Amino acid sequence: MAAGFDPSGRLPDVFTNAGTSSFTQFLSQAAPELLPGRRPLPPGLSADIAPHGTTIVAIATTEGVVMAGDRRATMGNLIASRDIEKVHPADAYSLIGIAGTAGIGIELMRLFQVELEHYEKIEGAMLSLDGKANRLAAMVRGNLGAAMQGLAVVPLFAGFDLSPADPARVGRIFSFDVAGGLYEETGYDAIGSGSLFAKSALKKKYRPGISTPEAIRLAVEALYDAADDDTATGGPDLTRKIYPVVMTATADSTHRLTEAEISAVAEAVVAGRMENPGG
Amino acid sequence: MAMQFYASPEQVQRDRSEYARKGIARGRSAVVLTYEGGILLVAENLTSLRKISELYDKIGFAAVGRYNEFESLRRAGVRMADLNGLAYDRRDVTGRALANAYTQTLGAIFSETQKPYEVEICVAQVGASPEADELYRITYDGSVMDEPGFMAMGGSAEAISTVLKERHDVTADLPTALALAVKGLGSVGGENGAPRELGASQLEVAVLDRSRKGRAFRRIAGAPLETLLSGGKDQPEPEVGEAGDSAPPARADDKPTISAASVDLEGNAEEPGDDKS
Repeated sequence: MAAGFDPSGRLPDVFTNAGTSSFTQFLSQAAPELLPGRRPLPPGLSADIAPHGTTIVAIATTEGVVMAGDRRATMGNLIASRDIEKVHPADAYSLIGIAGTAGIGIELMRLFQVELEHYEKIEGAMLSLDGKANRLAAMVRGNLGAAMQGLAVVPLFAGFDLSPADPARVGRIFSFDVAGGLYEETGYDAIGSGSLFAKSALKKKYRPGISTPEAIRLAVEALYDAADDDTATGGPDLTRKIYPVVMTATADSTHRLTEAEISAVAEAVVAGRMENPGG
Repeated sequence: MAMQFYASPEQVQRDRSEYARKGIARGRSAVVLTYEGGILLVAENLTSLRKISELYDKIGFAAVGRYNEFESLRRAGVRMADLNGLAYDRRDVTGRALANAYTQTLGAIFSETQKPYEVEICVAQVGASPEADELYRITYDGSVMDEPGFMAMGGSAEAISTVLKERHDVTADLPTALALAVKGLGSVGGENGAPRELGASQLEVAVLDRSRKGRAFRRIAGAPLETLLSGGKDQPEPEVGEAGDSAPPARADDKPTISAASVDLEGNAEEPGDDKS
C-alpha cells in the first residue's frame, strides 16, 4: 500500500522521519491514493452520480454544543437512503456533520477523525479547537477540484472548547465554504439543502444561554421545519422508527442520544405539530 | 590506496551487539506487566520526554535506550497503525503486525547500517482477559520475543525480571501490580545493591485499561499516581472526562492567535485597568 517499500523489509523513511504531525500530510507521501481530492476526475459535471446528504444544524448551549442531522440522502428525485448518518464525533470534544456528496463527505469525516487522533498521539496533546477547524478547512480546500465538477462537500464543525477565550462561550460552531473558507458562527448554524428553512426556524426560536435539553428540542424542531419545505430533507420517521441523529459535545465528552432519548423528543415534536403545524 | 583490514562477519555482529547493549545499559529501565484490569507500563523517567505511548486502541508502546531512535520508531508505529486503521478497519490493527514491522525494521538497521539502534521496545496489546494479552519484546537486532505476562527492559533487565518473576500475579489489582513494578525498578541501581525508593516524580506510568471501550490507553500521573503508590484505589476518569495531560495548549495574552506582529497587541498593554504590577 505504502509507496516505496524498502527491499530490506524495513519501514520506509516516510514512516520513521521526524517530518510532520499531520496524518493527511503523511498520507500525501505514503499513500496519496487514500486522499480525496488527489484523484483525477474526467471532465464534465458529475453531480448526479452519487447520493447527496442534506441538512445539519448545530446550536451552542451553556454546556457545549448540540448537532443534529436528518437521515435522508437523495439522488436527483430519488431517496437514496432513509437512514444515513451524517453527524459523527470528530474526537472526544468535537462533532462534525457533512452535507453534499455523501461518499466524499464520509471519507473526509473518517480522515478528519484519524487526523485529530493522530496528532494527539504523535504530539501527546490535543489540537486547540481553532486548530482543528483550520485543519478541516485545509481538507475541504483540497477537494475544490472535485467540488467544481459537482462533487462538493461542506462540513459543519462544532465542539466544546477546552480553553475558551470567554468562559461563557464554551460551545463553538464553525462553518465552511467549498473553497475552504472558515467562518465562526454565533449561536447556531445549519448547512445543506434544508438549511435555509432550518436557519429561519432557529432565528425565531434561538436565544443565547439555552440549555442542552432545550437545544436538542430546538434542533429537532428546526429539522422538522427543513423537512417540511425541502424535499431532500427527511423528517422523523415514526413508522420505521428512524429519528434524526443528535449528538452533544460537553466537558464530559461527546454523546449520541440513544434511540429512547431521541424518540421521546421526536415524538413530542411531531405531537406538537399535530396541533400547530407551523410549530 | 588505504588498506582494508579484514573483519569476520561474526566479529562485526559481535561488535555491533556490544555497542548496542552498552548504549541501552546506560539508560534507565522500564517494566511492562499484565494485571487483572489490563496491562501496566512503568518507566523510570525523570524528564518530560515520553518513553511510554499509545499506538492504537488496544496497543501501547514502551521503550528504553536512545530517545531519538525509539521516538522515530514510535512515530512509525503510530503512522502505520493509523494508516492501516483508515485503509481497512480499526479492528484490523494488531499488535502482532506492529511487532512484525518493528522486528523487520530493527533487523534491517542492525545488519545493514554502520550503527545499530540502541533501543529495546515493547509492543503491548490488551485483550479481553489476562490470558489474551500480548507482550512483544523487540531488541536492537530485530529479535522478537513473546513474553509471558511480564517483562523488563534496559541495562539491568535480568535482575528486575527476577523480582517480577517471583511475585507476578495476573489476578493482582492495580496498586499491587504497580508496587511490584516499582519494587522491580528500585531493586537495581542502589548503592551497594540496596533497594531504592522511587517516587511519583521519578516514574512514568500508563495502563491499557481492559474495561475501556475504544482507546484503552490512559496515563496516570500527579495526584492519582501518588494515591496509587501509597496503596490507594485507582480512580479512573469517567469515560473521557477531563483531557488531563493531553489538553490542548491554553490561551494566554502573550500568545496571540491571529498575527503576532500587530500594533494592537502592544496597544492593549497600555490600556487603563490593565494590571501591570
